[in-house]
Amino acid sequence: MTHASSWTDEQKHKYYELMQEIQETDFVLVELNLYLDTHPDDQSAIAQYNQFVQKSMTLKHHFQSMFGPLYHFGNSYSPSPFAWKEAPWPWQV
Amino acid sequence: MWIYEKKLQYPVRVSKCDPMMARYLIEQYGGADGELAAALRYLNQRYTLPEKVIAIVNDIGTEELAHLEMIATMIYKLTKDATPDQLIEAGLGAHYANHDKALFFHNAAGAPFTATYFQAKGDPIADLYEDVAAEEKARATYQWLINMTDDVDLIDSLTFLREREIVHSQRFREAAEMLKADQQTKKIF
Repeated sequence: MTHASSWTDEQKHKYYELMQEIQETDFVLVELNLYLDTHPDDQSAIAQYNQFVQKSMTLKHHFQSMFGPLYHFGNSYSPSPFAWKEAPWPWQV
Repeated sequence: MWIYEKKLQYPVRVSKCDPMMARYLIEQYGGADGELAAALRYLNQRYTLPEKVIAIVNDIGTEELAHLEMIATMIYKLTKDATPDQLIEAGLGAHYANHDKALFFHNAAGAPFTATYFQAKGDPIADLYEDVAAEEKARATYQWLINMTDDVDLIDSLTFLREREIVHSQRFREAAEMLKADQQTKKIF
């Protein structure tokens, strides 16, 4: 993992590609979550939700191994030195 | 408790420096029907709403914080390379004099944000119908904003936000119907 300012073009490309996959997957989860809040008995929506939870976790694990923590407060492991402050902030990319 | 995710909900790209558009977008940052008012309105209502609708109000309130961050990112990107002269020309001279390029919670006309933009009535139907109206007003604002720019990247992100208002409105309508159905059931006994 390297600091964002020293990424190669290939790393930048990979960052945007993986980030977009995460955004797409998490969008499905937000949308299903809101739907299930008012339709809590829809079994196929619950199954789809759980399937995307798994997909989201896998994608984020891969992303974080390359670009550092997506989460703070103990929701991501940290490499050394502490990497939370290194990965770019969303408005900078 | 909230956990921050180091990502935007949807990508925000802009194709040019455009402080004039940033000045109008501020409406959705610190305006009456903007994302801050939406997030605070819903998150504040949660405590006294019936159990059945707390989750939807909590979750939409949380998503609004992600939308607030998208709007902030648009404004930041549209102004970060602007010179003071360009800001003055875009009508942001008064903003620059007070805030430099820092974001401030005010509307497109410069009126500072106020808690009086939204209500907490303690009546679930009144609160949920206010929420539906808030979503429809925000949807309309996004349409007016889309009409004011030819930046296709910006239009893409604004279109996403406009569509979210439609979904939120639908979910709030369902929540209101759920409560009304409950009230009618109870009257039978």
